[in-house]
Amino acid sequence: MAVGLTHFLVVGALLFCLGLYGVLTRRNAVAILMGIELMLNAANINLIAFNKYVAPAALDGQVFALVVITLAACEVGVGLALVITAYRNLETVYVDRIDVLKW
Amino acid sequence: MRDLAWLIPLFPLVAFGLITALGRRLPGEGSHVAVAGIGLSALLSIGIFVEMAFGAPPAEMTVRWMMLGGNPLELGFRVDHLTTIMLLVVTVVGSMIFIYSIGYMHGDPRFPRFFAYLSLFAASMLLLVLADNLLFLYAGWELVGLCSYLLIGFYFERPSAARASLKAFLTTRVGDFFMFLGILLVFLTLGSFRFEEIFARVREGALAGATIGGLPLLTLAAVLIFGGAVGKSAQVPLHTWLPDAMEGPTPVSALIHAATMVAAGVYLVARTFTLFLDWPAAGALHGGAALQAVAYVGGITALMAATIAVVQDDIKRVLAYSTISQLGLMMLGLGMLGYTAGMFHLMTHAFFKALLFLGAGSVIHAMGTNDIKAMGGLARTMPSTYWTFLIGALALAGVPPLAGFWSKDEILLEAFHHNTGLFVMAALTSLLTAFYMFRVIFYTFTGTLRSHDAHPHESPPVMTLPLWVLAGFSAVVGLVGAPMLGNPMHRFLHFEGVAAVPFSVGLALLSTAIAGAGILAAAVTYRWGIVPSSALRRAAGPLYALVVRKYYFDELYALAVVRPVLWIGRSLRVFDVYVIDMLVNLIGVGVVALARLYRLFDLYVVDGVVNLVGWTAKALGGTLRYVQTGRAQNYLLAIALGVIVIVAAGLLR
Repeated sequence: MAVGLTHFLVVGALLFCLGLYGVLTRRNAVAILMGIELMLNAANINLIAFNKYVAPAALDGQVFALVVITLAACEVGVGLALVITAYRNLETVYVDRIDVLKW
Repeated sequence: MRDLAWLIPLFPLVAFGLITALGRRLPGEGSHVAVAGIGLSALLSIGIFVEMAFGAPPAEMTVRWMMLGGNPLELGFRVDHLTTIMLLVVTVVGSMIFIYSIGYMHGDPRFPRFFAYLSLFAASMLLLVLADNLLFLYAGWELVGLCSYLLIGFYFERPSAARASLKAFLTTRVGDFFMFLGILLVFLTLGSFRFEEIFARVREGALAGATIGGLPLLTLAAVLIFGGAVGKSAQVPLHTWLPDAMEGPTPVSALIHAATMVAAGVYLVARTFTLFLDWPAAGALHGGAALQAVAYVGGITALMAATIAVVQDDIKRVLAYSTISQLGLMMLGLGMLGYTAGMFHLMTHAFFKALLFLGAGSVIHAMGTNDIKAMGGLARTMPSTYWTFLIGALALAGVPPLAGFWSKDEILLEAFHHNTGLFVMAALTSLLTAFYMFRVIFYTFTGTLRSHDAHPHESPPVMTLPLWVLAGFSAVVGLVGAPMLGNPMHRFLHFEGVAAVPFSVGLALLSTAIAGAGILAAAVTYRWGIVPSSALRRAAGPLYALVVRKYYFDELYALAVVRPVLWIGRSLRVFDVYVIDMLVNLIGVGVVALARLYRLFDLYVVDGVVNLVGWTAKALGGTLRYVQTGRAQNYLLAIALGVIVIVAAGLLR
């Protein structure tokens, strides 16, 4: 069985759904950040797959993927800093307890 | 000099303006200005008189004022023989009274105002006299009425003075109303106010045979105009205001209510004499029905007022009734075709009655009371006042050769020739006049002082000097009508077409005898006490009661006029309070009720809608705020579900 674009897209979609599930269900802020990483990488798989099968001559998809990876690294940096600050102020990393901005 | 006549009323008017504006800052606190004003007028009047006496023709100055329905309305001055006489009387007597007032009013808190009023009066009176048309004359007529009102009420703190001024004003207004109707009637039929035009038309017989409502028009107009004279000259039945007018300061009584203003009625009749006559196409002139009315009103007034004067104890009231009586005599003279006689008596009367009033003022000044029964023996303490008063009284009584004798004799002469009944009335009036004047003299100046708390003293020279000047005039002014001197008065002033009645020595002796009898009777009763006055009172009985109550005129008017008018006024007030005000209040209450209703509408409907909107928004917000949980995951879930729904919708389409 030849591996084609569809397989990559299905893997990307599954990975995105796993990430989304993690983001929506985990209580720990660090775990949510990890979910976000999964979703970003699902997007990366899509970008690379489309680059390979739809427009192999272009480099746009690969460049975009690299940008996303860089972005993800930055995002984790900022996100962890936020988590630490939240912990220092609210003494918790559980997002269901961080609900000061309600009503 | 006759074309300067317009200056005559101007001088006192300017004085009035100056005193009103500057008051006490003027020399003599305004009195010197007032005297200067009237004095200049007097000099000018004398000049004009001299000019006229040397035969200058009458002069007239007229300016067009405006057009009234095709008829020009003109204002102007007319200087003729009648005017000249009046000018002389008003300004000369006026000057003396002005000077006297400086002494009499000394120390009065409203001293400048008194002289302002006096000057205004003089200006108005001179305007009245100089007017060349009925309208202008009427303006002066009302102005003197106003001044009279102001001066009677000069001591307005006294309720009696305030009432008297109102009474004088309202009573004369009744006459003025008729007079104005008469003036309008003349204007409507002849289309002019000017004397010269009116008289010329009447002489041509323009109104002969004309009737209005079945009445002869000329007679009606004359009687209506005479109505004004009845009011102003205090003739029966409008005489009741003059005795009350004595509430004013005595110089005012002398000037306005004896010498000049009240004589304006007589002047009016003389001025419009043409209207009172019948103008037959041929034959001698004779008086019309209107002139008869003048004669009878005058005769009745003369006799009635003379009887009342006999029983008065207030020195000024005696003189007031005497004035009414003498004015009646003048009217009687005019009514008997005695044009010259009436005006002659007006002139002499002005001098000696002003003198008598000023003398009375001097006495009142010294005694502080008007009651002659409280006086007595003043001849010794006040010789100047006594002698001048005596000259005035003799002149009034008609003792030759003083002024009153000549003029009264002429009236008696006219009456004797035309109407025996009226002659008897005039003769009786003369008898009573002599009697009451000497009653006053005996009570006031002879015997001993009856009041114990008075310290009479002679008045200052500023008061006695005018007395002596007026006494001089009273003594000699009658000689201008003396037949031995050719009766210059008659030559100066007479009515064309009316024959003069020849002088009669017999009648002159009779009139002297009447005056002597009156004086003798007074002496018998009040000087020697041979017949005590109480005996006279008892003998007269009910007649005395009638006279002492002044023939019940005041009571009659109170019953017939004053009380009904007051009743109507009060009724109207009740109507006003309970009906008109009620209506107004009802409307007010209705509006308030409506406003209350609208307030409810505003509160519950308009505000309700607004509140409902607000409340709905609030409820909605209150419910929906729980969506904001503050948990980021919930929001994220909503976003994810939203994306799924959008994508699903996109795929299914």
